[in-house]
Amino acid sequence: MELLAFGKTGWGDELFYATLMTIAVSVTAMLVGFVFALIFTPLKLSKYKSLNLIGNFYTTVIRGVPELLVIYLFFFGGSGAIMYVASIFGYFEYIEINAFITGSLAIGIISGAYSTEVFRGAIQSIDKGQFEAAKVLGVSKFAQFYKIILPQMLRLAIPNLSNVWQITLKDTSLISVTGLVEIMRQSYIAAGSTRDPLFFYSFAAVLYLMLTYLSMKLINRLEAKYSRGY
Amino acid sequence: MDFDLMITSFPKLLSAAVITLKLLSVSLIAGMFLGLFFAVLRMNKNIFINKFAYGYSYIFRGTPLLVQIFIIYFGLGQIEYLRSTFLWVILKEPYWCAIIAFALNTGAYTSEILRSAFQTIKPGVIEAGKSLGISNKIIFYKIQIPIAIRQSLPAYGNEIILMMKGTSLASTVTLMDLTGVAKYIISTTFKPIEVFIVAGSIYLFMTFLIHNLIKYLEKKYSFQ
Repeated sequence: MELLAFGKTGWGDELFYATLMTIAVSVTAMLVGFVFALIFTPLKLSKYKSLNLIGNFYTTVIRGVPELLVIYLFFFGGSGAIMYVASIFGYFEYIEINAFITGSLAIGIISGAYSTEVFRGAIQSIDKGQFEAAKVLGVSKFAQFYKIILPQMLRLAIPNLSNVWQITLKDTSLISVTGLVEIMRQSYIAAGSTRDPLFFYSFAAVLYLMLTYLSMKLINRLEAKYSRGY
Repeated sequence: MDFDLMITSFPKLLSAAVITLKLLSVSLIAGMFLGLFFAVLRMNKNIFINKFAYGYSYIFRGTPLLVQIFIIYFGLGQIEYLRSTFLWVILKEPYWCAIIAFALNTGAYTSEILRSAFQTIKPGVIEAGKSLGISNKIIFYKIQIPIAIRQSLPAYGNEIILMMKGTSLASTVTLMDLTGVAKYIISTTFKPIEVFIVAGSIYLFMTFLIHNLIKYLEKKYSFQ
């Protein structure tokens, strides 16, 4: 227990901030993933073959390649790509991107591929009559999506999105390889300096279990809210 | 684009993919047995056995695979007692540590898949077996297990692909699997995109093979 004391004598406060970092990265990655899903879901559902191809390429590649490899691509390739773009505009200094941004972008792209599949499935399971009725009533395309399809889709998507959230939360542990101090990295540091890896990695496991447990509770509440009336 | 690098790194990555496949197949076979064992425990009426099996799958599904590998590889070596037993021969090898972690992890997911498959078997099938005077043991091995395996094929196919991606974590405990070699080439040449394309294609090809194998099995063992 001494090892977990807050302040200078223990690792309690460090691990507490690391947990907050894990939550911050997961939430950011999930939101980045939603942005990607909002771009790629329409592509996958489009009637044009070429757009379908782009959407399918994204989800197939990201879901078929290990997360760690994607993270390495971003970690080693991220600043190079930015520097290349900057060099076009005549800026040749070294640019280093923040590990938080690289990490949440990499995990976000991965979680976006899963979210895209969830949204696609949810939209496809909405009754065709809903689209037709909206059309007959002269509802604009925009209002049709935001007022009719989206609310119905959310109810169907939440259980699967909760799976995506769990995957995203667990994937953030992989960003520790880039040096971002989240739960895994902090445990690694603590384990190294106290020579007590068993305790710290087990404690990390407990922290992750707590996070998954609490988020399940929260999501169940959300699910109940959105399925009122059913 | 550095095509020369892509060509020269291809054979290196391909031979590393063999290690990935080895890790995958050994841990899947071990995980299958673990999964079946825990799925049977989950259906036990004894609440303690039931809760034990639930706890196993909850813990291994609720924590990242990376934590599990680190606990087994870095953590277990810390226990003095283990170092003196024969287990240490296995636990000091990163290869076996990775396999133990993967097997326990995939075993947890497999147990959930099999459990839900067992639950979808209609009671009538088991009753029919009983009324024909077939013993409980044979009903389980010859009726319930085959049906459950067929039912769980699609979900298990996903699990195989997830596990294949999971084996990439072996590179964090110094194993040179496909991701490990890819990372090594990236960090020595600083050409991440080229290496990513080659290594990613190999992974995608393996995903494609697994996907089609499962599809074939599903068709072969369909009820129609």
